[in-house]
Amino acid sequence: MVEINLNRRQFLKLTGATAATLAVVELGFNEKEVHASTKEFKIAKTTVTPTICCYCGVGCGILVHTNDETVVYTEGDPDNPINEGKLCSKGTTLRQLYTSEKRLTKPLYRAPGSEKWEEKSWDWMYDTIAKRVKETRDKTFVHKENGITVNKTETIASLGGAALDNEETYLLAKLMRGLGVTYIEHQARI
Amino acid sequence: MTNHWNDLQHTDVAMIIGANPAENHPISFRWLLKARERGGKIISVDPRFTRSSAQADLYSPLRSGTDIAFIGGMINYTLQNNLFHKEYVAKYTNASFIVKKSFKFDDGLFSGFDEATSSYDKTQWAFETDKDGKPLRDEKLENPRSVFQLMKKHYSRYDAETVSTVTGSPKEDFLKVCELFCSTGKAGKAGTIMYAMGTTQHTVGTQNVRSYAMLQLLLGNIGLPGGGVNALRGESNVQGSTDFALLWGDLPGYIGAPKAIPEHATLEAFLEKETPKAGYWSNKPKFVVSLLKAWYGPNATKDNEFAYQMLPKGNKNYSHISLFNAMYKGELEGTFLFGQNPVVGGPNAGKEKESLSNLKWMVAVDLWETETSSFWQKEAGSDPSTIATEVFLLPASSSFEKEGSVTNSSRWMQYRWKAIDSRGEAKADLEIIHILATKIKELYKNESTPAAQPIKALHWEYGHGDHPDIDIVCKEINGYDYKTGKQVPGFGALMDDGSTCSGNWIYSGFYPEEGNNRSKSRDSKNTDGGTNFLNWSYAWPANRRILYNRASADPSGKPWSEERAVINWDASQKKWVGNDIPDFVPTKAPTDEGGTNPFIMLGDGVAGMFVPTLNDGPFPEHYEPFESPVPNVFSSVEMNPTVKVWDGDFNKKGNYKDFPIVATTYRVSEHWQSGSMTRNQEWLSELVAHMYVEISEELAKEKGIKNKDKIVVSSARGDVTAYAMVTKRFKPYKLNGGTIHHIGMPWHFGYKGYATGDTANRLTPHIGDANTMIPEYKAFLCNVRRA
Repeated sequence: MVEINLNRRQFLKLTGATAATLAVVELGFNEKEVHASTKEFKIAKTTVTPTICCYCGVGCGILVHTNDETVVYTEGDPDNPINEGKLCSKGTTLRQLYTSEKRLTKPLYRAPGSEKWEEKSWDWMYDTIAKRVKETRDKTFVHKENGITVNKTETIASLGGAALDNEETYLLAKLMRGLGVTYIEHQARI
Repeated sequence: MTNHWNDLQHTDVAMIIGANPAENHPISFRWLLKARERGGKIISVDPRFTRSSAQADLYSPLRSGTDIAFIGGMINYTLQNNLFHKEYVAKYTNASFIVKKSFKFDDGLFSGFDEATSSYDKTQWAFETDKDGKPLRDEKLENPRSVFQLMKKHYSRYDAETVSTVTGSPKEDFLKVCELFCSTGKAGKAGTIMYAMGTTQHTVGTQNVRSYAMLQLLLGNIGLPGGGVNALRGESNVQGSTDFALLWGDLPGYIGAPKAIPEHATLEAFLEKETPKAGYWSNKPKFVVSLLKAWYGPNATKDNEFAYQMLPKGNKNYSHISLFNAMYKGELEGTFLFGQNPVVGGPNAGKEKESLSNLKWMVAVDLWETETSSFWQKEAGSDPSTIATEVFLLPASSSFEKEGSVTNSSRWMQYRWKAIDSRGEAKADLEIIHILATKIKELYKNESTPAAQPIKALHWEYGHGDHPDIDIVCKEINGYDYKTGKQVPGFGALMDDGSTCSGNWIYSGFYPEEGNNRSKSRDSKNTDGGTNFLNWSYAWPANRRILYNRASADPSGKPWSEERAVINWDASQKKWVGNDIPDFVPTKAPTDEGGTNPFIMLGDGVAGMFVPTLNDGPFPEHYEPFESPVPNVFSSVEMNPTVKVWDGDFNKKGNYKDFPIVATTYRVSEHWQSGSMTRNQEWLSELVAHMYVEISEELAKEKGIKNKDKIVVSSARGDVTAYAMVTKRFKPYKLNGGTIHHIGMPWHFGYKGYATGDTANRLTPHIGDANTMIPEYKAFLCNVRRA
């Protein structure tokens, strides 16, 4: 968990921070009592975690209020110097990335010729994908070309990654090059 | 971005061209409005009167695909009216260099063009050099063979009349833009250019950006607060994923990937060929060997070329269009997709969808079922029984259900902490990639075939259990001393003897010691006295916030003006001081050799007005798009002669007779990219629920179309049906006496999610820029009729 700038805002505690009533008062909600009590209720006893918006490249800070079960509320991070607490329409609705009924919650498999998805376990998916990668590589791997060691697999492509974390892009690039993949592309061009 | 979002507030004039930040980077616009409070002005140049145009002080229309004509005209205006920053141009750019007599330009072609290969012999564009190989210079800029004089001659053809004829910008609007923006050529003034995909997604995309850089260099606007050439990144980590080389041509940190050519056959040959003799890239061997140590660990030794031979070596272009062409031809068996949705986002998307059925297997890692992972469904217009592709759809965690860093457009690497466990069985991509790597390695464990060697050699130790230890990944990226395990303080400490590792040298320094991952820094106080927030997050490289900031000071090391100061040479302390990390050797005095060369990454130490390394010429020259409604006014060469033309069924070309209307695509605030991250949300779907096409009142009248009518837009590649939005935001263009209609539409829609609609990219062509192969989404021909 992160240390949020406590000196500027007596707003959030450290690990497991609870948004206190004090914050609500400080932000001036006490002038609108009805609204304030609603706010207080919604974010009372929630854990607050700072994140960075997952949409455009501006990099606005967002605070995610969660309880044990769900994301209760999100708001602009007032400490982030880029957005100073402000958000656009997409940043504002970040919570629905968690709550949307359209979220995928299980691994799905589509067999050749089939017209439907089937639920499968993660283990089955991992094992089968690893097998497919190996079959394709073993059949098509090029070790040498015109006397030059080329160690490449030109039959597998990797697309995407502009929404991944840096650490993930690093491992992905390392794995794909390690497999000899040359068709590596992502959203930078499109 | 050369600068950063908060820095925009210092600009005197912001020119927004090929971007629409008020809509697509809304929060960034706060800093432009702040600039205006300080007296700054905003210019918007765009085919459509956008939300940014509505906020601007000055707007000029411009037909899609004519940026070089427009900016070339501005360069001409600057030169003809002596508005450029003469000392900056003479000292900090290659305008003073003398070009060999073999360089010529005639009727749209530079010297050295070979029609058979559609490419140039670039050696004909070389500089004259002295006996040590250093370029000859004329800092008075008078020699007729100087870059400056050649540039002046080249752009003298771009007079205001011709510019207006080509771009469709009224002459008076164009001249007003010139007058306002070129006022920033004075010392003490700063202008910024902000651009995005409206600039790059053209067959001349690279040269479009080049023309902006040239104008900014002429005006002395690079390296100082409120200045720069600023690319507005459209995705939260497209900066990072580019830095980390999820692109075929690069290894992490912009090290070109080795190719299957004799010059790259060994590590020694590769380093010899690819390491420049001068400039900071002369350190390349340290970055390459440290990367190999990070990837291959103990399996990379001095005796085995640090496992260099384990890297794949390609022999062709593997970029997006080539990739789908290979898939179309059945050359690919498997594809991984990490949050990418080409059936909506790819060019000529109908063909890209068709290509997918040639795959044996597809692995899609996503938060949603997208139009791409479900391409085989009846809903997609497919017949599932005829499609043999196996599809593995893996549910991924959202950004706040895991931890890690992202790098924004300002190059700021900001950390995201985990707020909640993943929804359902979703998993972080880090874990998915890690387990796949482990499983694949396991399958090869007992094999010694050539295919087994590279994957076995890959060093993959990220802790115990399924979820990898992200801290180990971070340390590997930053780099450490291989013997002691102690993290390196920065890329200056990397070595080429295998004693250090670093997974991405440009990020080296973000995690210099235990407990100090600087992407987690959250001190937003302005301790630096400026607005660079040096203690908030970490900006690569070396935490620098304004790139090329040595150029904010004159050759003697004194800021060009106090109000635009960043760093200055402090003679008493014998170092550069200021409110940013110097983009320069901190102790190199202005009087030292190279002490007045601010562009340290370039071999000559100065910026390139003339760039003899690009595929399509050393100066940007206007060519018409792949599909254009008019002949090229500047020369008899219609299209950029060096682009690769994909033809046949894969890429049908439309002509003006059948498709007389110019079209472009764009985004809206409420949706994002291919829409899967927004059309699957209730609120955003409700805000913008339908696909629509914006057409002018004049075109509507001509075609008998009323607002909200259903219309069909067709191109040579396909058609879409959508609602007509009849608007004043598009106006017919007057070109060379004729009238050309221009329309535009959002490209976010598909058939999945709550908000659905036809996919605009079914109309766009498979043709790319001559240097980057970025597809030309932003200018194509179509026709419009009532549905």
